[in-house]
Amino acid sequence: MNTSKGRKIFRLKNTTKEALSGYGFLLPNFIGFLVFTSIPVIVSLVLAFYKWDLLSRAQFVGFDNFIRLFTEKEFWYYCYNTIFLMLAIPISVFGSLGLALILNRNLKGAIFFRTIYFLPTISSGVAIFVLWRWIFNTDIGLFNTFIRGFGEIIHVPLQGLPWLTDEKWAKPALVIMGIWQTVGGHNMILYLAALQGVPRSLYEAADIDGANSWQKFWNVTWPMISPTTFFIVIMSVIGGFQSGFDAAYIMTGGGPNHSTTSIMYYIWENAFSWHHMGYAAAISWVLFVIIFCFTLINWCTGGKRVYY
Amino acid sequence: MSTTNKKDLNNKILHRRKYKRELYIKALNYFLISLGAFLMIYPFIWMFNTSVSPLSTLWQEKDHWWQYWIPAGFEFQNYYAVLTQKVLPFGAAYLNSIFVSVMTTLGVVFTSSLAGYSFARLNYPGKNKIFFAYLATMMIPGVVTMIPVYILLRSMHWVDTYKAVILPGVFTAYGTFMLRQFFMTLPRDLEDAAKIDGCSLFGIYWRIILPLSKPALATLATFTFMGSWMNFMWPLIVLNSHEKYTLPVLLAYFQSQFHTDYTMLMAASMMYVLPIIIVFIFCQRFFVEGIKLSGIKG
Repeated sequence: MNTSKGRKIFRLKNTTKEALSGYGFLLPNFIGFLVFTSIPVIVSLVLAFYKWDLLSRAQFVGFDNFIRLFTEKEFWYYCYNTIFLMLAIPISVFGSLGLALILNRNLKGAIFFRTIYFLPTISSGVAIFVLWRWIFNTDIGLFNTFIRGFGEIIHVPLQGLPWLTDEKWAKPALVIMGIWQTVGGHNMILYLAALQGVPRSLYEAADIDGANSWQKFWNVTWPMISPTTFFIVIMSVIGGFQSGFDAAYIMTGGGPNHSTTSIMYYIWENAFSWHHMGYAAAISWVLFVIIFCFTLINWCTGGKRVYY
Repeated sequence: MSTTNKKDLNNKILHRRKYKRELYIKALNYFLISLGAFLMIYPFIWMFNTSVSPLSTLWQEKDHWWQYWIPAGFEFQNYYAVLTQKVLPFGAAYLNSIFVSVMTTLGVVFTSSLAGYSFARLNYPGKNKIFFAYLATMMIPGVVTMIPVYILLRSMHWVDTYKAVILPGVFTAYGTFMLRQFFMTLPRDLEDAAKIDGCSLFGIYWRIILPLSKPALATLATFTFMGSWMNFMWPLIVLNSHEKYTLPVLLAYFQSQFHTDYTMLMAASMMYVLPIIIVFIFCQRFFVEGIKLSGIKG
């Protein structure tokens, strides 16, 4: 009698103790999470309906910010820029797949090559953009001296291109740099892991059927790694919508003539150059909705198999 | 007899052909992968070339195009110039960057592992709802919270302090989620044994969970450190004074000051990139594992 009662009290105490420590363990992270993530999300949504320059009183404007945004020609141009810069994605994904296929063939020094291919990803950031501004230099940059040298060989006086100083060429220049940055990075590693996950028995079966290597790739490898491809593409698109600030800030300042201004850059300009806080918040919510659509696509199809 | 011999011979020729073909393919593979590796690494070599060239010879007209591709001299004068110029404190930025990255990493690993342990092992009312809220915010891009957080820091007069750079990056839902997933895979036996021996919950977290999770913690730490080291936009927004700049912000400002002095710019870039490459070479394993983990998650 006594013992059972004692045990009961003991148990009760234990669960409350556990609950208290549970909250205690969570607390440091949770407070930060509230202050720097959850509450700001709500504030940002409210702010999108206000006009505020940080100094004067905030003024409620209803849907004005959004109406202005969608009727503004610039915004659509910056959307076009952002999507143009994402041209690097398909090219770099195919490149990653090719590299992974080669590295997967038990080459000697695969880890050495993997390290080298990872260098651009690992050191990405301001230094790389400073470097590429130099590579794209019109007079003696790496690209233009090479083009001129090539012209000498084929006896055509090629002059090179005004990469970062011409409206037409600034975006392609950034795309080239984007391919260089991403082709050997995360995507290649994900593809390598996916290739190693394809069961050997499938290839053996294909061998028995007398399939050549192209048929093996097209009918076994490609369908088996299609979930990885899908994941990589969606993630790159989600990342692509949010990128473009650092490179544009360092290399072109969003120019020439706004030709490299992405949505992110426009948000930054509005918020921190012109102090259009409400308008910037409104753009960030539009960006969020776009990204959310892609996340939804990922979720809805993630459960289903993409192959077969 | 003769027919079998002929068959053997045929087989041999066939084999040799196949062998030759495979050799060609292998050679082609090596060629392609080396060409790619060259394209990947050459910009870095060029960065080094420029950083050791004297500025005076860099812009000189040269006879052949390839002469632009090799160093126009060899001296470490530019590095010295970067470190001693009076305009921007390069050494201080180095220390700032190390301080900010280390503090962010420690904060992330500590708070995420505590919260992850709480989600993975302890039971209390409302746990699942809170966890769902964490998951939901993982989809929200950083830009959405950027503006309100800046306004908040501004109203607290924290702009232009290290707190403002470090704190918003410390409480990540992603780190918590990742560590929770990892803690769930750990066997419970050890914890039960410790509980019977009278170990407190914090003791279990500190003496059992953390040591068992070293690979996951190292992965999270490496990613956080790298991300923080390279983070440009946020420090640019919240820092104003030169002596508080982190390296990326300083480098950007440096570029605006020495716009065409590429030898100095490349020397500064070199000094920024080298440590991260060294860290990567040593922590490569954690990187690869971390990336694979992110792929499986999706």
